[in-house]
Amino acid sequence: MRAFLIVLMFVFAVPVFGVAVDEKPLADPAKEAMARALMKEIRCLVCQNQSIEDSNADLAKDLRLLVRERVALGDTPENVRAYLVDRYGDWVLLEPPVNQMTLLLWASPFLFLALVLFAVFTSRKKEVAHPLSAAEKRQLKQLMKNGDEA
Amino acid sequence: MQGYRRYIPLLIVVAIFALFLKMLGGDRNPKEIKSVLLDKPVPVFSLPALYEGKPSLTEADLKTGKPILVNFFASWCVPCRAEHDNLMRLAHDQGVPIIGIAYKDEPQRSIGFLEELGNPFVATVKDRDGRTAIDWGVTGVPETFLIDGDGILRYRHWGPIVGDSLEKRLLPQLKELQ
Repeated sequence: MRAFLIVLMFVFAVPVFGVAVDEKPLADPAKEAMARALMKEIRCLVCQNQSIEDSNADLAKDLRLLVRERVALGDTPENVRAYLVDRYGDWVLLEPPVNQMTLLLWASPFLFLALVLFAVFTSRKKEVAHPLSAAEKRQLKQLMKNGDEA
Repeated sequence: MQGYRRYIPLLIVVAIFALFLKMLGGDRNPKEIKSVLLDKPVPVFSLPALYEGKPSLTEADLKTGKPILVNFFASWCVPCRAEHDNLMRLAHDQGVPIIGIAYKDEPQRSIGFLEELGNPFVATVKDRDGRTAIDWGVTGVPETFLIDGDGILRYRHWGPIVGDSLEKRLLPQLKELQ
């Protein structure tokens, strides 16, 4: 139990240290919050599927520094994003912007949904109504009569 | 399922396999991010010389009327060591001027690196905080940029120039400009 608790402590301790503790936050809490929110949106270009907030890569650290610096200078989040996109392209944003290049990407879930719906509706076979034959009619009548008696 | 319709699933599978094969083949590196600076003027910068007493360097110095290479390197970078022979060859055999930018490196170590392996650079500057590298969209060292005579960025070589990438990638791009 004790060992388990110690393990648990480490598990919950990690996220705390995962955030950039080695760097000085901005003095203004509102600006620091803005910078932090931005860091979550910026892709680390070394590890690629982490945000720069999560990454320990050297370049991610430099980019965090840069984001804080731009925010401190009074840049809006749009300005900071544009600054990075000018240098690294749309790839630097974890969420790709909607533009001509990414239209298909953004539309793909709806395209697939439409495709599936189309497939479902066209593959459903129409029930073919056969009129009952004389023998079947007699059988049906018999069955219903039996049902009433039971 | 009759007639041509029964072949549709097969066709889809074959198309997917063809796509996978295409993505696997060639020398495409999935980690490489296409530079957005291609066919644009070199970013504005000003860096001090690595060696004391030498002049600093700005983007205007890259407009030489001839193609020129800019190589980001560091003494702590192992792949830089691997590509160094090829840089020496480019500088001496091909006579291509190469500018060296020491990325986030102790100047004494950069100097030691060039003393040990030879100095292929016509000018060497230092980017100690890595800001110029960010302006150039560098994601890691080594990276090499080919700049034409008008100071326009024409090609970015991502990663070390090793194996056949000198003959197959960099030299053809260079020949095109010469």
